[in-house]
Amino acid sequence: MAENAIGQSVVRREGREKVTGQAKYVDDLSFPGMIFGATVRSSVPRGRIRTISFEGTIPWNEFVIVTAKDVPGKNIVALIEHDQPYLADGMVNHPEEAIVLLAHPDKYLLEEARRHVRIEIDPLPAIFTIEDSLAQKEIVWGKDNVQKSFLIETGNMKDAWTNGHVVVEGAYETGAQEQLYIEPQGMIAVANPADGVTVRGSLQCPFYIHKALIELFALPPEKIRVIQTETGGGFGGKEEYPTIIAGHAALLAWKSGRPVKIIYDRAEDMVATTKRHPSRTKIKTAVDKQGKLTAMNIDFVIDGGAYVTLSPVVLSRGTLHSFGPYACPNVKITSKAVATNTPPHGAFRGFGAPQSLFAIERHMDRVARKVGLSPDEFRRRNFLSDGKTMPTGQIVRDGVDLSALLDRALELSHFHDKRRRFARENTTSAIKKGMGLATFMHGAGFTGSGEAYLASIVAIEATKEGIVRVLTSSTEIGQGKNTVFAQIVAETLRIPIDRIEVTMPDTAIVPNSGPTVASRTAMVVGGLVAEAAKNLKELLKKKDIHFPVKVTAQYQQPKDISFDDKTYRGDAYGTYAWAVYVAEVSVDTVTYEAHVDDFVAVQEIGKVLNPTLASGQIEGGVAQAIGMVLYEKVEWKEGRMVNGQMTNYIMPTSVDVPPIRVFFEGVPYRHSPTGAKGIGELPMDGPAPAILNAIEDAIGVSINKIPCLPEDILEAMERSRA
Amino acid sequence: MPKQIITCTINGQSQRLDAHPMSRLLDVLREHGLTGTKEGCGEGECGACSIFFNGRVVNSCLVPALQAEGATMTTIEGIANGEQLHAVQEAFLKYGGAQCGICTPGMIMAAVALLKEKPNPTEADIREGLAGNLCRCTGYMKIFESVMRVFKGKGTDLEETCPHK
Ligand code: FES
Ligand code: FES
Repeated sequence: MAENAIGQSVVRREGREKVTGQAKYVDDLSFPGMIFGATVRSSVPRGRIRTISFEGTIPWNEFVIVTAKDVPGKNIVALIEHDQPYLADGMVNHPEEAIVLLAHPDKYLLEEARRHVRIEIDPLPAIFTIEDSLAQKEIVWGKDNVQKSFLIETGNMKDAWTNGHVVVEGAYETGAQEQLYIEPQGMIAVANPADGVTVRGSLQCPFYIHKALIELFALPPEKIRVIQTETGGGFGGKEEYPTIIAGHAALLAWKSGRPVKIIYDRAEDMVATTKRHPSRTKIKTAVDKQGKLTAMNIDFVIDGGAYVTLSPVVLSRGTLHSFGPYACPNVKITSKAVATNTPPHGAFRGFGAPQSLFAIERHMDRVARKVGLSPDEFRRRNFLSDGKTMPTGQIVRDGVDLSALLDRALELSHFHDKRRRFARENTTSAIKKGMGLATFMHGAGFTGSGEAYLASIVAIEATKEGIVRVLTSSTEIGQGKNTVFAQIVAETLRIPIDRIEVTMPDTAIVPNSGPTVASRTAMVVGGLVAEAAKNLKELLKKKDIHFPVKVTAQYQQPKDISFDDKTYRGDAYGTYAWAVYVAEVSVDTVTYEAHVDDFVAVQEIGKVLNPTLASGQIEGGVAQAIGMVLYEKVEWKEGRMVNGQMTNYIMPTSVDVPPIRVFFEGVPYRHSPTGAKGIGELPMDGPAPAILNAIEDAIGVSINKIPCLPEDILEAMERSRA
Repeated sequence: MPKQIITCTINGQSQRLDAHPMSRLLDVLREHGLTGTKEGCGEGECGACSIFFNGRVVNSCLVPALQAEGATMTTIEGIANGEQLHAVQEAFLKYGGAQCGICTPGMIMAAVALLKEKPNPTEADIREGLAGNLCRCTGYMKIFESVMRVFKGKGTDLEETCPHK
């Protein structure tokens, strides 16, 4: 069975369908009588809707038209707060907010019609930046624009700043980033009072949609069915937004009695759906004579956009990673998610951590410079290790040796040799080269008591024919869940992998194993799959079994992991992946272009279940993060993205990426039956600070803001000359 | 608007396709069941819609449907030889060249074209040759590896199975 076993690069289960073009994505499906849906949106950031009129020579009587008053249940997108409507009713709070839905059998006429819906809105003052929101220049959400805040405090901050220690302050900013999955969002709905509502589409979290449609249609749970179609990338972008498209398609289907397909084109997808939260972080640290951190004061703020959506949990993860992999006795962290009149920012691989880790890892480099230590040595003196305590009070028990990871990364990248050589060569060259590193961790699974609340369930079924079926709501979005789950079952049951089917999520068939987010699928759900497989193995030992048989396994919080959601103290995550990334960059001081020439990613991710899939995750994440730093800039005007096309929002191509060299260390996670930890988000965290640290090494200019495109490098260099 | 009939050859079969006169070749292919050709952007940037059109790889989202009159085309559905995968498909499958799979059909078309032109490509050739095809999942490393492996392992098979010698 060796070829099936955990740890082997088993070939992707649905790979054959993908390489032959047979895999069916939502836009590849069609149903008898199906018509097409379109969304008419707000053209202003904030205001009161006065009139909606249907103009031109459009045969309006042929159209299905839905507005807020057609909603059968509650006009709210049920998620965390109930503040976001499916269709704006009276007020609009951001550009591109959905107001009217249209459907028609002819796509071309539909597009024409969309342009002839006239919505008059009396504008109200709007705000677009974190600073304006904090200053309450206008109150656009709740009493004070604050959607969520956290405070973490440990030790005593008072004396740290005055007793002769080196104090460094800094402010760091990150911009929005578009997920840019290559398959745009889309859904097909069939809905009527007799059968209820069925939606199929490109999505990460079937039960999020299920829960929201129950409220939208005021139907019992068994009348709502959500089915995933092959999904062409998610990266968090298909975590919460598909709930809205599913609702829209279902409202049109409900009213028309016909199947309705809504597919966003690229421009609509880019301007209307979620992006990574912009952030700004202020950090003040004190360091003693031995180069040890004695105090950290961190203030982390993210722009939540017009509605709360997932911002509280993004803020939480960002806050809980803001101190980096360092020990420090006196820490105070304050954080806020604030409202602006932009479309809500949302889930994107890393979920707040890339933002706050960017800040601390840039800051650590600046402090190292100030205290006269190399960036690696300064970090090494402050690393967390087993037995040490995080600011949340969590004691590290991962068996991690960050110093060893650092050594390996320095050696593989020739960090010090190259740094010395570049420093020499840079004096006579217009192309300046530099080396930069980042050390960091990423918490695996839901934050705090999240996994305990979710209490995920998986099921495994064995049929008379000898087929073993894995039933979970975890979605395959390219990360390899189908393959890894099959490997886990094959290993546990010692059966050939082709006897195992991993079912496509369908809420009518699969139990709720939670959403496909938070680097939790291989570790948490995969662990449950292993457990269920063990249960099945036990069962099959008995006599007189009547097939098919079904076993389940449910998540139970390990006894030694606990978190207090009120005080924000305790084990924020059951375990962390730990990493050291090194970037080698060159900056052309004539064109101001920066390029990453080599990239070394060393990480400790527990047991590696499938090396090809695991390194594929790291490589893809690093490339996406390189995009976030050097290529991808969302241009805003009055809360609206104005470069919402692939021609002017530029992601890395095959000529832009460096060789991405991936190395794993594996200390098995004690609470995972397979030993695996989460890895999907980790590679998003390290590249940004590593690259900007390398840019500073190359040109001697400190840039503390991403994205960092040629115009930003030019500006920073001019500022430093002035 | 009345539809028009386009006569052309797709994957070795002659076809008569009806098309909305404003539609793009991409739409017509997909409406006629060839959904392996994908739309990622609709503006010639992502390459997900790549097909062979009279022997050249083009972005089918940029070709007006009516231009396909008399053309010979191959889509991803015509790359394998029945059940037998093309060497490039085999390599993508084996070496992790496909993750979410949405860029994969277009990427495979570009790779097949590249290997047809340069059977022994350098890494730089591969990077250049695939620069019109965006992938958000893989960071391209495993795509490069897949293409490398084709020429290292099975260069000659490719010539035999490639429909565009
Ligand atoms: S869809 Fe044709 S190039 Fe993107
Ligand atoms: S595999 Fe997902 S875009 Fe390339």
